[in-house]
Amino acid sequence: MPLNPDTSPNLTLVLVITALVTVGVYLLLERSLSRVLIGVILLGNAANLLFLVAGGAAGRPPLVGSAEPSEMSDPLPQAMALTAIVITLAMTAFLLAMAYRSWQLHRHDEVQDDVEDRRIARLAARDERATTDADTEDTRSTLDEEAAETRDETDDAPSERTTPVEVP
Amino acid sequence: MLLLLAVHLAAAVVAPVLVRWIGRKAFWVLALAPASATVWALTQTAAVQAGEGPVEVVRWIPSLGLELAFRLDTLGWLMTLLVGGVGALVLVYCSAYFSPKATGLGRFSGVLTAFAGAMLGLVTADDLLLVFVFWELTTVFSYLLIGHYNDRKASRRAAMQAIVLTTAGGLTMLVGIILLGEAAGTYRLSAVLADPPQGTTVTAGVVCLLVGAVTKSAMIPLHFWLPAAMAAPTPVSAYLHAAAMVKAGIYLIARFAPAYADLTAWQVVVLTLGCGSLLVGGYRALRQHDLKLVLAFGTVSQLGLLVVLVGFGTRATALAGLAMLGAHAMFKAALFLVVGVVDAATGTRELRRLSGVGRALPITALAGGLATASMIGLPPFAGYVAKEAALEAIAHHEGGLSGQVVYWAVVVGSALTVAYGLRFFWGAFATKSSVAHPPVHDAGSGAAPDRATAPDRDGPAVPATITRPSLVLVYPSLVLAVLGLAAAVLPGLGEHLLSPYADGFAGEPGHLVLWAGVTPTLLTTLGIVAAGAGLFAARGPVERLQASVPPVPEADHLYRRLMRKLDDLAADVTALTQRGSLPVYLGGILLVFVGAVGGAMLTVTSLPESTRAWDHPAQALFGVLVVVSAILTARARRRLKAVILLGVSGYGVAALFLLHGAPDLALTQVLTETVTLVVFVLVLRRLPAYFSDRPLAASRWVRLGIGLAVGLTVGGLALVVPGARVHVPVSDLFAAEAYEFGGGKNIVNVTLVDVRAWDTMGEISVLLVAATGVASLVFLQKRSGAIFRADEANEGRQVWAIGGQDAAAALRQPAHAPLPPTPSGAYPGLAHGVRRTGERSKEWLRAGRTLAPRRRSVIFEVTTRLLFHTMIVYSAYLLFSGHNAPGGGFAAGLVTGVALVVRYLAGGRYELGEAAPVQPGLLLGSGLFLSAGVGLVALLAGGSVLQSWIVDIHVPVIGTIHLVTSLFFDVGVYLVVVGLVLDILRTLGAEIDRQAEAGEHTGGSEDHTQAGSAGQVFGAGAQGTADTDGMIRTAEADLEVQR
Repeated sequence: MPLNPDTSPNLTLVLVITALVTVGVYLLLERSLSRVLIGVILLGNAANLLFLVAGGAAGRPPLVGSAEPSEMSDPLPQAMALTAIVITLAMTAFLLAMAYRSWQLHRHDEVQDDVEDRRIARLAARDERATTDADTEDTRSTLDEEAAETRDETDDAPSERTTPVEVP
Repeated sequence: MLLLLAVHLAAAVVAPVLVRWIGRKAFWVLALAPASATVWALTQTAAVQAGEGPVEVVRWIPSLGLELAFRLDTLGWLMTLLVGGVGALVLVYCSAYFSPKATGLGRFSGVLTAFAGAMLGLVTADDLLLVFVFWELTTVFSYLLIGHYNDRKASRRAAMQAIVLTTAGGLTMLVGIILLGEAAGTYRLSAVLADPPQGTTVTAGVVCLLVGAVTKSAMIPLHFWLPAAMAAPTPVSAYLHAAAMVKAGIYLIARFAPAYADLTAWQVVVLTLGCGSLLVGGYRALRQHDLKLVLAFGTVSQLGLLVVLVGFGTRATALAGLAMLGAHAMFKAALFLVVGVVDAATGTRELRRLSGVGRALPITALAGGLATASMIGLPPFAGYVAKEAALEAIAHHEGGLSGQVVYWAVVVGSALTVAYGLRFFWGAFATKSSVAHPPVHDAGSGAAPDRATAPDRDGPAVPATITRPSLVLVYPSLVLAVLGLAAAVLPGLGEHLLSPYADGFAGEPGHLVLWAGVTPTLLTTLGIVAAGAGLFAARGPVERLQASVPPVPEADHLYRRLMRKLDDLAADVTALTQRGSLPVYLGGILLVFVGAVGGAMLTVTSLPESTRAWDHPAQALFGVLVVVSAILTARARRRLKAVILLGVSGYGVAALFLLHGAPDLALTQVLTETVTLVVFVLVLRRLPAYFSDRPLAASRWVRLGIGLAVGLTVGGLALVVPGARVHVPVSDLFAAEAYEFGGGKNIVNVTLVDVRAWDTMGEISVLLVAATGVASLVFLQKRSGAIFRADEANEGRQVWAIGGQDAAAALRQPAHAPLPPTPSGAYPGLAHGVRRTGERSKEWLRAGRTLAPRRRSVIFEVTTRLLFHTMIVYSAYLLFSGHNAPGGGFAAGLVTGVALVVRYLAGGRYELGEAAPVQPGLLLGSGLFLSAGVGLVALLAGGSVLQSWIVDIHVPVIGTIHLVTSLFFDVGVYLVVVGLVLDILRTLGAEIDRQAEAGEHTGGSEDHTQAGSAGQVFGAGAQGTADTDGMIRTAEADLEVQR
């Protein structure tokens, strides 16, 4: 017996998903880590609802014997959403621990801009270099002039040699 | 051929160890590897001659069509002889060249041997991609060898320049290879060449190949890396920059010339760059004073000639080109080795300071003289034979104007070659009147010679002293020089051996001869030699003339300026894209999502034919609740308010789950929301009460805009996705399978623990990782803190004592305190009794007395005492019945977690320790172990991993128990979830309490935060508001301390 074949979308749930995602993204783009986290949780709820909508129409609980399979809701998205819910809990705890740590170190839980990135941008605006490498600095002499002055570590002690040497 | 490559690889790997054991003699052993390649190629001569050279194909990654294909034909045979032969001689040379105490000799020997192997692979590979791999390997090894003296700036820069240029060429070549291989439908080199594809794409690909070849072979305008690479040790210059690596480009051109030499683009690139390099290199060589640089610019010139010859595309030039290839490898390697001998003996390569070297080192001078004669094309040497054949072939080609230009370029280039060849020999060996005769140190004298310092350019030249070099240094160059003579004596044999390659071209066959009578070509050669000799004789005026020419910008300087500009561009791009701001990054990702998914949705999908307003009217009710509370959450300024509204929204979602027919989801969602709420509050009590005020301007509207865009995109997805099915749902048969194979009626639970158990396994692993992460963020010094047991609590320990004012403190004073007893006496009496008796049987909670008195709530304690065990029993019920009814490991674990939350809130961290006296790590670990173990047991029992077994057990009183083995998997899930919640409580709850009480990391801003303690929020209710002034003062004091 196939599952409930009705695949028309449920407008109420579609609107709820739209609203939750909008608010979630709005908060996600905030600087305060706890607001970001709230945004993530709202997005998670929206995603779980999206799973259910994608699975088709509502129906009876998917318990064998309680209803015909054609009247049941699709169990597969439910199983996926169920683990997602618990993982969201784990991630909430993790992000909160991060917020706490941020508070311990900086007395706030705001996500700051990366200092190094800002420094590079500032220097680039002035066409200055972020790092200096003596190897690449322009020098007067060309590389082949420099190459002419290199010397190999050759055998300088012919007297200790046991092999024959060239004799005129 | 694979065996030979393996020999090279093994030799390269053991080389450093070998050098440590037996010192420089190790080079003799290593020389066996390239020597074996030479011997092998010689044994294959007859087969190659007959066109039946060995072929080896090993399937490597069949699904990608990658294979290790090798083939030896005439071109590969010649290159193998050169690469192997010169390689072996150079390695032998190294054994006497370097000082036994030279630094990095072990690494050097390994890299040089590996390079020989890479070169061998390159010239025998019969797969385009394999050619590329070996090509890049030679680039990398060359980088390591040029930069051998990594403590010298010149070496590092030269190596970096060489690798940047040749890798850029190599990558271009890869593009060409892919264009060509895709057009041909195969990457087998021999197959591509047998049936070469045509067309514009292929022409572009061939030009890309040529770009790779000309960078590797140091053609103008990228020739400058080769003179700079003279910073490498001299044996490296002899091998890489004369015989082997720079020949790789020539090899590639020669390889593809039979198929593509008639393309106009090919002719333009090859002839222009070849002739240009031929002339520029020769011209530049005439004013060098360093012997190696004379040779280096000479090599640029000769490579130009080789490119012209092998790329010209007629049968006669191809033969001449191959002959020249062999002759050049022999004489140029010999000359570099001779320079090394002179350098080692005198300590300088400055030709204005060298004098009398030829008299002191006659054998070296002999080798140098023979090789020079071959280079400038004097009979009877290989160079002469090849050059005669080349001039003859070009002169007889009906090429119109371009043929004429090439002919004259070769003539002029050859005259320049004569001039710088004589300059080299004169510079190295002549006795010069401008230099005083140097003293000669005998081998036995033992006197340390004075090493040359920088030449004095203005005053009279200081002569260099000469020591006598080992004959091991002299023989390799002598062998190569004599071979150049021998090859010329038997020109017919050379023609016979090389003609199979040339036969691949159309046109009249060329010939290699020593004496062809008095021909126009012979006269031209005489003219060339005379002109070159004249140029050499007039070297003083020529040098002055070159110096007086206004200097063109050095290619090297242009390169550096270009690299500088590239750096600036990179910095600008980095500044533009790497803003370092999380919102900007996330916004970028989300906009890409909107563009890609939204665009696809608008173009590909269509709106559903029918829609439903709702499945059940109550959905609308809860939908409004969810949306309104979510919007209010976003608007809330106070953290606690936001979190509570978030919880309301979450419970609303749970209701929507239930209405959709997903009771398991609803149950889990409700429990999760509860735990989330508690976790939030546990942390929020440490954070400021309000979200920080930020100046909100346009950015808010931008965020709202992005939010709306993403929301509408996802909403659109939700509209079209249900109707997008083209296949029957995979869950169609779940109902039947769940009962029959999974042994359960709750399909969702069976899906979790059986059908998709691997997913669940991955997900509980994520839980474990997250719990570990939380613990490590809070317990900074060790993995986990101690378990707080009530017995170990200090007498008088007052958990959650900080913060707020204790208005009722007076009421709780013990009876014998100075304060007068209250009329009723009930409160002090109770407090007194509880604190002093120490009999736990009289307490509701075991660790209740560890709380600060004002944090205790009798009602809460009694309720906890009554509820806790009920909740545990309920969770056990959910766990065991979950297979057939809503529930399961996740829900059961969360219920147990909530029970622990209640104990913690009622009695503090010691109470939590009493409730669950285990480390959460133990629960997490054993849970994952149990779940994975069930999978393994099924495997051992002969089933597949995580397969379920259904066992019916008859128990006398209870009846039949329908036991499914996946229950144990669910128990593992249960343990992991309990471990997660316990971990959260112990870190974000207990440990933060302890840190606050110990004064760690607290800013004295207890009052600044949401609430002083969990108890303040949950237990005794919120106490007085913050003493703002005091808070600010303490915060400032704390900042002082931190500084």
